[in-house]
Order: sequence, then structure tokens, then C-alpha cells
Amino acid sequence: MSGESSTSPPEAPAAGPGRRGLIVFAWLWVGLPLAYGLYELVRKAAQLFIG
Amino acid sequence: MSPPVAPPGWSRWLVPPAALAVHLSIGQAYAWSVFKPPLESALGLSGTQSALPFQLGIVMLGLSAAFGGTLVERKGPRWAMTVALICFSSGFLLSALGAATEQYWLIVLGYGFVGGVGLGIGYISPVSTLIKWFPDRPGMATGIAIMGFGGGALVASPWSAQMLESFGADSTGIALAFLVHGLTYAVFMLLGVLLVRVPRPARAAADAPAATPTGPQVSARDALRTPQFWLLWLVLCTNVTAGIGILEKAAPMITDFFADTSAPVSVTAAAGFVALLSAANMAGRIGWSSASDLIGRKNIYRLYLGAGALMYALIALFGDSSRTLFVLCALVILSFYGGGFATAPAYLKDLFGTYQVGAVHGRLLTAWSTAGVLGPLIVNWVADRQEEAGRHGSSLYGLSFVIMIGLLVAGFVANELVRPVHPRHHVSRPHETKEAADERREQHESA
Repeated sequence: MSGESSTSPPEAPAAGPGRRGLIVFAWLWVGLPLAYGLYELVRKAAQLFIG
Repeated sequence: MSPPVAPPGWSRWLVPPAALAVHLSIGQAYAWSVFKPPLESALGLSGTQSALPFQLGIVMLGLSAAFGGTLVERKGPRWAMTVALICFSSGFLLSALGAATEQYWLIVLGYGFVGGVGLGIGYISPVSTLIKWFPDRPGMATGIAIMGFGGGALVASPWSAQMLESFGADSTGIALAFLVHGLTYAVFMLLGVLLVRVPRPARAAADAPAATPTGPQVSARDALRTPQFWLLWLVLCTNVTAGIGILEKAAPMITDFFADTSAPVSVTAAAGFVALLSAANMAGRIGWSSASDLIGRKNIYRLYLGAGALMYALIALFGDSSRTLFVLCALVILSFYGGGFATAPAYLKDLFGTYQVGAVHGRLLTAWSTAGVLGPLIVNWVADRQEEAGRHGSSLYGLSFVIMIGLLVAGFVANELVRPVHPRHHVSRPHETKEAADERREQHESA
């Protein structure tokens, strides 16, 4: 069972400058809270080695 | 609400953040435990009672994903994300009202029932769309979204705890915290609703290549009639049960394992171990699922189930002699647990096509609900019986590990039995003559 597909990605040739800004904004929107969660996680996980 | 079709120039890289906006929000469910102690002291509840909203939420997740899947396929991802936003947020708002008036049943109804519907519909809302946008990398695409569900608790846990500290842990403070959660998640999920787009149909425009379904296309109803669906159900159920076997009792397990050694594990270190397991769970979702695009779905499940059984055997045989070995094996098992969740939609796409993959995925999630009961039941029951028999330390878990190995071997065999779906289950393709359909079936039979 291969994971390969015969369909090509349905992406338009290139995203314009407005779309690029939107992509950055969208990824920051979800990336910043996730980074906060990961930071808190690393702080807690470090206790395994120092606790 | 008709499915929103992407305009020319729309980037597919806008779809994963849309999915993440929903999954990071609904993943808050796993951080419910933050609210348990304050609710118990403010409303005079027992531990069992304070767990009710979460338990009902998970039951509703499974039910709404299983029964709402076909509707999600028909109405599209924007409709599904809107329903998820309304249900999940209003669940918190109802809970705020319940806490403010000290009516606990409103919290159970709001967070558990209404919010639980939001969990189920939200969980499956982006799956089908992501697979259609990323036919070349379906494992990676669904891995990103499902990683978000794991990440949601990482964000919510410290955030909710800080909020309760600021507002106070009495009923008014809890009500305020619920209110802020409801409003914030509504705004956060709105990005997903606004951004999500389905790819344009093949003939809609000449300038952009579009996803044309190829390979098998099986309806959700017919998928349930195939042995492949039930084999995959067993694969997911055994893999999740094995992961929960560790996750459920991670902190007491590591403490018990090294209790009689020269280097016992402190409560703080055990909490660090639990956090590290969450990281492995998240990393496995994106890492292993992306790897499945390269090595194939069947092979990656061979790894999850085969190497998972080996890791359990290593812990059972040598776990109490080395803390490093114990931690490493547990981390690998948890990464396989996360990977199993995230790779399932792509495996379904390989077997049943993109036609109703979201709905099929919704039905498969009943394996998760079953494992959610089975995993903790096995580990807790065995540990209690061993304790009654006067055993202690690592011997409390030996039998559980043997059962987990057995389950993983059963899952491994089920995965080996998975074959391509017979063409008689495929939906008729447009413009296909009877002769062409017969030829397709004959080709399958001779293959």
C-alpha cells in the first residue's frame, strides 16, 4: 500500500504578494500560541532531568 | 452554505493554518483537568463528578464524528468549522452561566454535550479538504492538523491555570474563565472558518491544475461493508490502547518502576516525564505521518505495531534496570500512538479514495472511543489486582505489558491482512460505460 498518489497538487502557479502576507499572518496566528505551549512544555519536561 | 471554492492564485498553504485554528482550539479538551480541583472545591463535587463534562465531551466527539461525517462531506469544511465554532464556544458560555449560578448540570450540558458536538465535527472538518489539497502529501497535511489537537492541551493547560490564578478559583472566577475561553476560542477559530477553501473542480479553470479523483472511490456507507474498514478499525484500536496504556498511568508508573532502586523518581521528575510524553505524542503526529508519504501507510503501521510491541517487551524485561531505557521506550510508544492517529486519514484515502474520506474517518474514530475505555481499564484493573496480591514496584505492570504486546501483535496481523478494496464497492464514475467498469473489476481480480 503505497502512499503515493497520481494526482498533482491543486495549487495555482504562484501566490501573489497579498496572499504571501496572508500566509505569514495565518501561520503566525496559529504558530505563536503553539510556541507558547511548547515553551511551557519544555520548562516542565526539564524537571525529569533536574527533579 | 455552499463549500467555498478557492479563487485563482489561492495557496494551499493557507489550508493547514485554517485546520490548525480549529484543532488547536478543540484540543483544549485534554486540559480539562485544570478545571477539576477548583470545580470540586467551589461546587462540592467528587472527582468522578468533576470528570463528567470531559467524559461526556469525548463520547459526543465519537458520536458526532461517526454520525455527522456524511453531513460534513456534503456541506463542506466551512459549514463544519462554523458548527464546531458555535458548539465549542457556546459550550463554554453555557458552562460560564452554570458556574455563575452554581448549576453544575449546565456545565455538563454545555461543555460535555454541546461542546462535545463541536469537538467531533471540528475534528473531522478539515480532513477531507486537506487530503484534496495535498494529494501528493496527505500524511503530512493531516499530520499537521491532528498534531494541533495534541498541541491544544499544551496551550490551554498553562493558559487556563494562569487565568484561574488571576480570576480566583471560586465559582465567579471559574465562570469568568469559562467566559474568556468561549470568546477567545470563537475569535481564534474564526480564522479557520474564513480561510478554508476547497480546490476548484478540474474543469473550472485552465490556469490551475486541480485535484481529479483517481483510484478507488468508496462511499462511507459502503466502506463499512468492507473488511478493510474493520481491519483498520482494529489496527487503530490496538495502537491507541497500547499508547493509553502508558499515558493513563505515566506518573505513578515511572515512580513505581524505580521505587526500590538507588535513584527513585520524584513527583516533580514524574511530572516532567508526563510532559515529555506529550511532546513525543505531538512529534509523532507530524513526523511519522509525514514519513508515511515516503514509505507507505502499511509499512508505517508495521513500524507502529511491530516496534511498539518490541518497546513494550524491552520495558517489561529491562525497564527497571535503566531509567534512560524506560523513558526512551515510553517516548517511542507515545510517538507511535500520535502517529497512528495522524496517519489514519491518509490510510483511509489510499483504501477508499477522497470521495467521502472525512465521513469514513468519522466512523473510524469509534475505535478511539473503544480504546479510550479499554486502555485505562486494562492497566488499572491489572495494577489493582497485583497490588491486592501484595506485589509492588515494576511487577504491578508486567501483566498489562504482556496484554499490550498481545494487542499490538493482533493489530500487526490485521494490518497485514489489509488489501485494496474490491471494485464492486467503488462508486460509479461519471461517463464510465458498463464495459469499462467491468474491465476495472476484472483487472482488480487478476491483480
